[in-house]
Amino acid sequence: MLHVVNKSPFEKNCLESCARLSQAGSCILLIEDGVYGALADGEACEVVQTCLEDRQVCVLGEDLQARGIEPDRIVSGVEVVDYAGFVKLAVEHPKVQSWL
Amino acid sequence: MSEELQSGIVKKFLYINRRAPHGTNYAQEGLEVALIGAAFDQDVAMAYLDDGVFQLKAGQDTKAIGTKNFSATYRALGDYDVKRVYVERESLERRGLSEDDLMPLVYEDEDDDWEEKPLIHVVSAREMQQIISESDVLLNF
Repeated sequence: MLHVVNKSPFEKNCLESCARLSQAGSCILLIEDGVYGALADGEACEVVQTCLEDRQVCVLGEDLQARGIEPDRIVSGVEVVDYAGFVKLAVEHPKVQSWL
Repeated sequence: MSEELQSGIVKKFLYINRRAPHGTNYAQEGLEVALIGAAFDQDVAMAYLDDGVFQLKAGQDTKAIGTKNFSATYRALGDYDVKRVYVERESLERRGLSEDDLMPLVYEDEDDDWEEKPLIHVVSAREMQQIISESDVLLNF
C-alpha cells in the first residue's frame, strides 16, 4: 500500500499515525508540508528512520525545492521522487491511504 | 482606528506567525497584512515560531509546484520600516535549523547613515515571552 503524508509532523500527528499503522513492505510518500518530516536534524527523523527499517520512504522533490530544503538535508535512505515518480508509485500500489 | 491614527498614537503591533509557508495561505496573508499595517506608521514587529520559522528558510523556489514565490516579499519588511523580526531559537532547533539557514534580511538605519543592518534576531523562548507581553496588539497567522 502507498501511504501519503502531507502535513508537517511538527504541527499534526499524521506522520506518527502513519508510521504506527503502516505495514512492513509498504511505501510512505511525504508531500507538501509532510516533507519537513524528512529533515535529518529535525525531531521527526527518528520516526522516519524507524520506518526505513522495513518500509520504503519517499519524498517529493518539487515540494522540497519550494521549501528551500536541499536534498542533502534529508534523512539518508529516503528517496527523492518527482511528480512522474509520484504517479508511478500510485500506479504500482493498488491502494493509496492519505493521512490527512 | 482612524481617530487613533489622527491623534498620532502609535501602538506596538506584533504579528505572530506559526505556520509553514506553502501548505496553507496563512503565511502569505500574514505577511501582506503586516506590510499594510507598517504602511500606516504603526510600530510593527514580526515573530516567527513553531512551523512559522520555515517561512524564513533561505532558498525557497516554488517554480516546480506552480505557486507564487512570495518568499522574496519578506525582503520588503525592512523597506516598510519593520525593524524587528524575532525568530524563536527553540523552534529552529527542533526542526534541525540554525540562523545560517534563514534568508538574510536587512533594513537601512536612518539614524546611522543608512547603514544596512540585520533585521532578524534569534531569541530564546524566555525573550519571546517578554516580546509578546510588551506588545499592545497581537495578530496571529
